[in-house]
Amino acid sequence: MNWQNFLQLVLSGITIGSIYAFIGIGFNIIYNTTSIINFAQGEFVMLGGLILYSFHQSFHIPLIPAILLTLILVTLIGIGMERLTLHPVKNPTVLNMIIITIGCSIFLKGVALSIWGREVYHLPFFFPRPPFRIGGASITTQSLVVWVALIISSAFLYFFYRFTLLGKAMRACSVNPVAARLMGIKVKSLITLSFALAAFLGGLAGVTITPISLMDYQRGSLLALKGFAAAVLGGLGKEFGAILAGMALGITESLVAGYISSGYKDAVSLLILLFILFVRPGGIMGSKEEISLREL
Amino acid sequence: MVKRLLFLGIFFLVGCLIFGAEYRIGAVFAVTGPASWLGDPEKKTVEMLEEEINSQGGINGIPIRVIVEDTKGDETQTVNAVRKLITRDRVLAIIGPSRSGTTLAVIPIVEKYKVPLVSCAAAEAIVKPVKKWVFKTPQTDRFAVEKIYQYMKKKGIKRIGIITGTTGFGAQGRKHLLALAPKYGIEIVADETYAPQDTDMTPQLLRIKAKNPQAIVNWSIVPGQAIVPRNMKELGMNIPLFQSHGFGNIKYVKAAGEAAEGIIFPAGRLLVADLLPDTHPQKKVLMEYKRKYESRYQEPVSTFGGHAYDAFWLIVNALKAVGPDRAKIRDYIENTKNFVGTGGIFNFSPEDHNGLDIEAFEMLTVKNGKFTLLGD
Repeated sequence: MNWQNFLQLVLSGITIGSIYAFIGIGFNIIYNTTSIINFAQGEFVMLGGLILYSFHQSFHIPLIPAILLTLILVTLIGIGMERLTLHPVKNPTVLNMIIITIGCSIFLKGVALSIWGREVYHLPFFFPRPPFRIGGASITTQSLVVWVALIISSAFLYFFYRFTLLGKAMRACSVNPVAARLMGIKVKSLITLSFALAAFLGGLAGVTITPISLMDYQRGSLLALKGFAAAVLGGLGKEFGAILAGMALGITESLVAGYISSGYKDAVSLLILLFILFVRPGGIMGSKEEISLREL
Repeated sequence: MVKRLLFLGIFFLVGCLIFGAEYRIGAVFAVTGPASWLGDPEKKTVEMLEEEINSQGGINGIPIRVIVEDTKGDETQTVNAVRKLITRDRVLAIIGPSRSGTTLAVIPIVEKYKVPLVSCAAAEAIVKPVKKWVFKTPQTDRFAVEKIYQYMKKKGIKRIGIITGTTGFGAQGRKHLLALAPKYGIEIVADETYAPQDTDMTPQLLRIKAKNPQAIVNWSIVPGQAIVPRNMKELGMNIPLFQSHGFGNIKYVKAAGEAAEGIIFPAGRLLVADLLPDTHPQKKVLMEYKRKYESRYQEPVSTFGGHAYDAFWLIVNALKAVGPDRAKIRDYIENTKNFVGTGGIFNFSPEDHNGLDIEAFEMLTVKNGKFTLLGD
């Protein structure tokens, strides 16, 4: 195969990888506040895609307002989920909370199933024009939309967590909730906020990737598996880590499928994941000390 | 002890009163759970038919009762449901299960208890080798592959690339595609797969493109069958795309958008019932089922409901002819000839418990966002 095909494979890999990364950063937000993995993250993505479908295709709301409405709704669902299930728990341990999110995931999937059924839904590209050609390889406009949204979101998160008081307070909640509370941080409110943020980003991921990946009630959790791999590989809690890892996973999958065999692509990417975690247990960007400092 | 016997006696008497004069048929479908797209239309279909028969006075004056059990598509639950139907409800015959895996799981039970079972699942392993008490109504995957290859042979297509999903359905299709190609003088130059969660099949398609085949066969369930055509279009690949009979739902055409135009696939005739010539022997049955189902449930008929429709009538016809005797019902189904169903015209024999052949499929294509007969 020539370099033109190579370029195409890399571009497809980046498209696939940016989807993983986008879903992966959602995991980071809740992890940054609570040290838990939110297993309902994939459902936020699914809801983003399906709600936008309903607003845009069924109620014929123009695209931009439909997206805004979708994001607001998904954010509210995220807040509602946290307020109704995690918030009332008296002594929240990490394990308790993780199990609650699994319950929420099953519940949200069930609700989606009863509303949208088992159909696969698709959305038109936001900018309907033929794919761009770069050196003989093609890239769709929607892939660019995903990249731009991904980069803006992660830059925003980076600055939010590093340079704002609120962001720092949220990270403090995860490192040591008791100490954070002693410092006057309202831990519970910040957890609610982190679910709102995670739902918002999950919804945004769903909105932007649905034109590429299509969406049905259980596709969110399937994609979330790979997103979770990206988040872990990049180092949980590290926004740019998730992007780097997502891209690495996507490009590896694409190149393996293109040059070796499509049957092995998941196996190879998971092997790489295992290997990296073996060498660097904290992920690409995470450090070992940071992991060992956390109380579980 | 006396108390217990008394209780059992009362239970038995009440049972006789409730269940006394009726013919009981069991149905095990994946009504909920991940395979509910199969079980839901199947359940609706048998409920509709049960009501229809009873409103016409039942069979020889005796009403029928279809006891529907939900398996959630799970093997264990299916086994339990079938046991319950046989030992507690004492059904005369069983319709279903919906999935191939669940069907294979219950075969030992129905063979042991000698209860006729007409499965609504497609896998060839259900009826090959033939099991005495087991039948199935859906067309076999292998015939769909043969139908495609027959068409390719006619069009002079000799070099093809195949791309299949790694789901059970995709893997089964791949097996048949590889095994049958030599018989039709077709060479498979590329053999690619993708996982259910994959969002982009460009790498696989590039590999296929490099081998320069004359056509591509994509064998999977959604969303793969919508993503592959879209990726092909993005890559500017203009060779014909063939898909499996699983593409037979107009919603999937919508999901693939413009890229669906020109896709060729085999399908049962239910989808194109209104396009068939009036002289076609299946036309009447198909139109009747379609009209009744759609007016009652306000949703389009699906092939899967059709499988339950065929299974139901096979059993009920036998019941009408030979009365409530499991062994006689089995014999009657095995000797059924020229039964016009939604899946095709069935001709059962002791060697063939599916009764369909390659003619059960029709080649269709997508034109202006609609299914049409491909013709020659």
